[in-house]
Amino acid sequence: MAVNYNAKEEADGHPSGVGVPGGAGKSRKPDNTAFKQQRLPAWQPILTAGTVLPAFFIIGLIFIPIGIGIFVTSNNIREYEIDYTGTDSSSPCNKCLNVSWNSTPPCTCTINFTLDQPFETNVFMYYGLSNFYQNHRRYVKSRDDSQLNGDNNSLLHPSKECEPYSMSENKPIAPCGAIANSMFNDTLELFRIDNETRTPITLNKKGIAWWTDKNVKFRNPSGNTNNLTALFQGTTKPVNWPKPVYMLDSETDNNGFINEDFIVWMRTAALPTFRKLYRLIERKNNLQPTLQAGKYSLDITYNYPVHSFDGRKRMILSTISWMGGKNPFLGIAYITVGSICFFLGVVLLVIHHKYGNRNTSADIPN
Amino acid sequence: MFRWSINRFCAGEEKRVGTRTVFVGHRPVSETDAYVEQKFCDNRIVSSKYTVWNFLPKNLFEQFRRIANFYFLIIFLVQVIVDTPTSPVTSGLPLFFVIIVTAIKQGYEDWLRHRADKEVNKSSVFIVENAKQVKKHSEKIKVGDIVEVKADETFPCDLIFLASSNDDGICYVTTASLDGESNFKTHYAVRDTTELRTDDDIDSLTAAIECEQPQPDLYKFVGRINIYRSNQETVARSLGPENLLLKGSTLKNTKKIYGVAVYTGMETKMALNYQGKSQKRSAVEKSINAFLIVYLCILVSKATVCTTLKYIWQSNPFNDEPWYNQKTIKERDTFKILRMFTDFLSFMVLFNFIIPVSMYVTVEMQKFLGSFFIAWDKEMYDEEIKEGALVNTSDLNEELGQVEYVFTDKTGTLTENSMKFIECCIDGHKYKEGISEVDGFSHTDGPLKYYGKAEKCREELFLRALCLCHTVQIKEGDNVDGLIVNQERSTYIASSPDEIALVKGAKKYGFTFLGHEAGCMKVQNQKNEIEKYQLLHVLNFDPVRRRMSVIVKTSTGKFLLFCKGADSSVFPRVQQDEIQQTKVHVERNAMDGYRTLCVAFKELTQEDYKKMDEQLNEAKMALQDREEKMARIFDVIETDMHLIGATAVEDRLQEHAAETIEALQTAGMKVWVLTGDKMETAKSTCYASRLFQTNTELLELTTKTMGDSDRKEDRLHELLLEYHKKLLQDFPKNSGKLKRSWTVSQEYGLIIDGSTLSLIFNPSQDSSSSNYKSIFLQICLKCTAVLCCRMAPLQKAQIVRMVKNTKGNPITLSIGDGANDVSMILEAHVGIGIKGKEGRQAARNSDYAVPRFKHLRKLLLAHGHLYYVRIAHLVQYFFYKNLCFILPQFLYQFFCGFSQQPLYDAAYLTMYNICFTSLPILAYSLLEQHINIETLTSDPRLYMKISDNAMLQWKPFLYWTFLGAFEGLVFFYGVYFLFQNSTLEDNGKVFGNWTFGTIVFTVLVFTVTLKLALDTRFWTWMNHFVIWGSLAFYVFFSFFWGGIIWPFLKQQRMYFVFAHMVTSVSTWLAIVLLIFISLFPEILLVVFKNAKRKNHQKKLSSRKESDSLSSRPSVRSSRPLLLRTFSDESNV
Repeated sequence: MAVNYNAKEEADGHPSGVGVPGGAGKSRKPDNTAFKQQRLPAWQPILTAGTVLPAFFIIGLIFIPIGIGIFVTSNNIREYEIDYTGTDSSSPCNKCLNVSWNSTPPCTCTINFTLDQPFETNVFMYYGLSNFYQNHRRYVKSRDDSQLNGDNNSLLHPSKECEPYSMSENKPIAPCGAIANSMFNDTLELFRIDNETRTPITLNKKGIAWWTDKNVKFRNPSGNTNNLTALFQGTTKPVNWPKPVYMLDSETDNNGFINEDFIVWMRTAALPTFRKLYRLIERKNNLQPTLQAGKYSLDITYNYPVHSFDGRKRMILSTISWMGGKNPFLGIAYITVGSICFFLGVVLLVIHHKYGNRNTSADIPN
Repeated sequence: MFRWSINRFCAGEEKRVGTRTVFVGHRPVSETDAYVEQKFCDNRIVSSKYTVWNFLPKNLFEQFRRIANFYFLIIFLVQVIVDTPTSPVTSGLPLFFVIIVTAIKQGYEDWLRHRADKEVNKSSVFIVENAKQVKKHSEKIKVGDIVEVKADETFPCDLIFLASSNDDGICYVTTASLDGESNFKTHYAVRDTTELRTDDDIDSLTAAIECEQPQPDLYKFVGRINIYRSNQETVARSLGPENLLLKGSTLKNTKKIYGVAVYTGMETKMALNYQGKSQKRSAVEKSINAFLIVYLCILVSKATVCTTLKYIWQSNPFNDEPWYNQKTIKERDTFKILRMFTDFLSFMVLFNFIIPVSMYVTVEMQKFLGSFFIAWDKEMYDEEIKEGALVNTSDLNEELGQVEYVFTDKTGTLTENSMKFIECCIDGHKYKEGISEVDGFSHTDGPLKYYGKAEKCREELFLRALCLCHTVQIKEGDNVDGLIVNQERSTYIASSPDEIALVKGAKKYGFTFLGHEAGCMKVQNQKNEIEKYQLLHVLNFDPVRRRMSVIVKTSTGKFLLFCKGADSSVFPRVQQDEIQQTKVHVERNAMDGYRTLCVAFKELTQEDYKKMDEQLNEAKMALQDREEKMARIFDVIETDMHLIGATAVEDRLQEHAAETIEALQTAGMKVWVLTGDKMETAKSTCYASRLFQTNTELLELTTKTMGDSDRKEDRLHELLLEYHKKLLQDFPKNSGKLKRSWTVSQEYGLIIDGSTLSLIFNPSQDSSSSNYKSIFLQICLKCTAVLCCRMAPLQKAQIVRMVKNTKGNPITLSIGDGANDVSMILEAHVGIGIKGKEGRQAARNSDYAVPRFKHLRKLLLAHGHLYYVRIAHLVQYFFYKNLCFILPQFLYQFFCGFSQQPLYDAAYLTMYNICFTSLPILAYSLLEQHINIETLTSDPRLYMKISDNAMLQWKPFLYWTFLGAFEGLVFFYGVYFLFQNSTLEDNGKVFGNWTFGTIVFTVLVFTVTLKLALDTRFWTWMNHFVIWGSLAFYVFFSFFWGGIIWPFLKQQRMYFVFAHMVTSVSTWLAIVLLIFISLFPEILLVVFKNAKRKNHQKKLSSRKESDSLSSRPSVRSSRPLLLRTFSDESNV
């Protein structure tokens, strides 16, 4: 870019040889162009109190309503969160606390909870992990995107970056790498308890990953068969997984690399405390809320050990607004900044007024 | 010979020991000796640094010797070798870019040098081979070749002078391009070869020259020539510097000469003396380096903090290696110390972007492109010489805005150096051109106005003297019609314009010099008769004698000596009773600022002349100490003369010189005049140019005030102490603080002359000398104006160096036009040449050359000011933008387990400085005019605002650093709080770490660019284009970068990250909010500043009004008051 600019300047006709020893045509009279004489027409704005003070008022007036809007929206979002790690001895999941990822049979536990208010719109079910460093460098880079993109060569020859999770029993791991290896594998099921009867709530497992990830970035290996087992021939499952990648789901369009739970997991989180979308609960009809107020129970197949690194596991139910999930920060920030702007506008106006007056009257320096 | 070489050995200083033997014309001296071809270098001049073959390795080596480049290379190598968070490309690409750009620039410059070399090397010369002249390229000259050089040609190599077209074996050369002395010097041929005046003759010469190996001293040469003749004994003659014609000097007044090449090519004395101009570094560069060190410290401490915290954090085993994120075997096996070191290096690499590679490129580019504006400025174009300003170096643009001391030459710089004969006095009677009849003068003496009248014969004698006593020549016009009358005005040529003025002056009074003819000078007298005078001897002018003489023989057979020279050198040599009446005139003329010369004559008897002639010829032929002998004889000859009169020549002040000086002084610069001229003349020029004002109290340290006694030095010390005391009383103690504000009501001017100065610098008694030197310095620094007269070129440089090295290292600027100013031009921080009449020496050696002195005003006040502001802002902005670029990345380490995880994608890391934020600042730094050029030029006081490197002091630097840190914190924590819930889209899907980084980066790019937009006071279409264009480019690039699965990338981190980010309303709101918060303090500050400035301007303008109300003469006296209020205000 910079070079382009340079060239442009030269095209403007500089070769008068100045600055260059031995250049020809030194005696040429400089062109009387606006550019060369530094007289290009220019807008010369000066930020004065006169222009900025109204701007402060206007910004304040815009920011405060936006902030209030965001704040209200955020407050209207229903969110319910259960920590099911089981560190507390009274927790039903306490027995599973020291589970290891390959324990059989899996440890299960059930947590009952009550929703005080109904969730009117679509509900999104998240799992949340704490103190889990998905953003650790060694972890973030430990994946092979071309393998995940269905490249047959990479499938059998995983990238070096996947070490130490690239080969197992002399076979390439598919999907390789630490991220895939540590995929979240708790199963969460939600039941509504209505008069002691447990009605399972339909959890939709599709539509939780980015469309582009599911359709472009992640692809199963290609071949002349649709049989995933055959396509993944010659590879082995990640060490921690109970079953190979081609058995993640029964449906073919959600199996293998394009399994949405897998894709969601593969998008590494920004901070050590994070949540990831697990399931969708769609609103069935307009008459009833998606989740009525009442008693619910959460059945957990506890496979994922977090106690060893002092981690926490949560299940979150949340509704979503136009601005996403519940986040009071934006609203408060907007209101604060807007108020400061407005306040400063007032204060400055007063000062400016006084200052200006004193200035015109008193000319003599102290 | 033996002894000589032994001496050489014993001296031990000489690097090249031994001699070289040169066979003239490559002819073996005897049949018995086998002719051994000696190997000497050829006559090729190579000033270029590279050839096609060694360009790459040599240039790379040179470039990596620069500390910054080396640093980046190390970072790059670390990235290649160690497993680091960012790929080597991120730092390799910018480095590669820098190296390539620099290499191209240097390659281009070297190509120009190659071209210039070629021009010199391919110029044709004539070599005598086998009695025939052969035309050859200059580079083909070999040692031993006989070369013919014609008048006004430069010598192609160092030659031993064999014969000239003159009978006496003399030739004149000027060494102006070697040492700046423009007077003619006489060189002598070897006595035994002077008759060899044709090609055939010279071809018959069989001789061998033994001489020392090349050495750089221009005035030293030892050798001898052995001339072999078939029937005679071998003759040996010693050779000295007077036999050596140096490459680079020019043959004058001699038709042609023969010489044999002894030193060629890179072994010539000129080549050995050639040193590239020493690199001048600007104060800005020093500031950059200081800031660099600060940032390097920040970088190292950041890396250290991170490494330390990493190991503290990792001491918890589940943090070091949780089950989901295990190390490879290799990582586990590495020693802890080595691992820590690697981690440290990784952090360094991660944060190394804080020291921007691109800053160097941008600074270089800004300087290079920016310097064009100086050359393009049509206000600095002079119609008369049809030239504009010239920029020889672009490294010092900003230094023009920092000048504290201006050293200016007088003649040709402050004045026009176009001499005009004003008046003369003959025997104390004043003759002046009638004012009423300016255009009516002719060859008669009619229109002259007489103030009393001298005898007619004295008058004529005086005018004849003017017509004869000079070295002026008449140049025939190109057209052959030979009518001298046609070209009479423009065709006098002489080494000094004074002589032309005098000859022209004589013409006005009826005596016209018509030129030389067969050793005679022809003069047309008032009766239109042509008188012929045989020119016998010219006793050339030299700066020591300060006079010249001619000895002529009239047609009647009388021998006459005419002498003209400075009054001080003529008065002691004439009859004392004649002096008084003339002296009055001379002194009055000098007071008026005219250059005066006294004219004297002496009639010689035949016997006297004979004696003199013998002595002169003997001296001319002398082999040893020729100069001294000549000087001694001149001294004897030029005595007991009769004073006829004196002349006054005016050197007009350059247009607007006074206004310019006044403006420079108002701008807080101290102007010193350094001149070779006499005190009275210089003083009056200083008054005329308003350097001294009527109320300036002058302190004089001259030979006059010293007296002639032996107690000179004591007297000097007394005076120094006295002045010092006086100044100290006047200056309050705190004057140092208000260095540039004019708090003193009394202004002092100092006048010192060369001899007194040398007394101060080279005292005879050692004791307490340095003390007096420092007292002198203090006096100098406290005076508002200093005039140094009677300065030798080296003394000028000495003065500049003295000021340059004082406390605080003030920035000095030298301006001059002549070869005698070159030393001070080279010495000062900024050297400015005037493209004047005294040749091109000064302009060529200067950093900038302007046609007139008045252009200094715009060059400093407008260009210098703007360049300084631009580059200072550029530097600060660069550090700022990289601090807030890297700070979030540093903070992110606290949230990713100190694992060196980069916050931004590699493409963003690389492109940030190259593409996204480079062009707006470059455009800003080329086009910004925070104050209009007109205002800057018309209000010199604005210059003081940026004095003392004001914008690159620690205070503004800290401000920018805090701003950068604040913004970095806002960016990171803003997005951090936003990401407390990473569900930001309305479909419940979550964002990952790359989105986090992209949001931070987007806010960063927009904030940093908008911050520049806030600072921009001058929005041309280019600014609009690059600022909005850069932002648009960033958005476009991000879409593009995330829109494709890039086959060459290992990880598709950014795939659709930006597009998803854009679809989230929360992200938009957060970005807008964070940009606003980041810019908020800046806006507030600008508003406050503007309010203050407006206030300020109001006060100023009201002052101005009251100022203009008061009558003109009182402006001067009211100025200190006015300025005091100004400085008070600036302290508010």
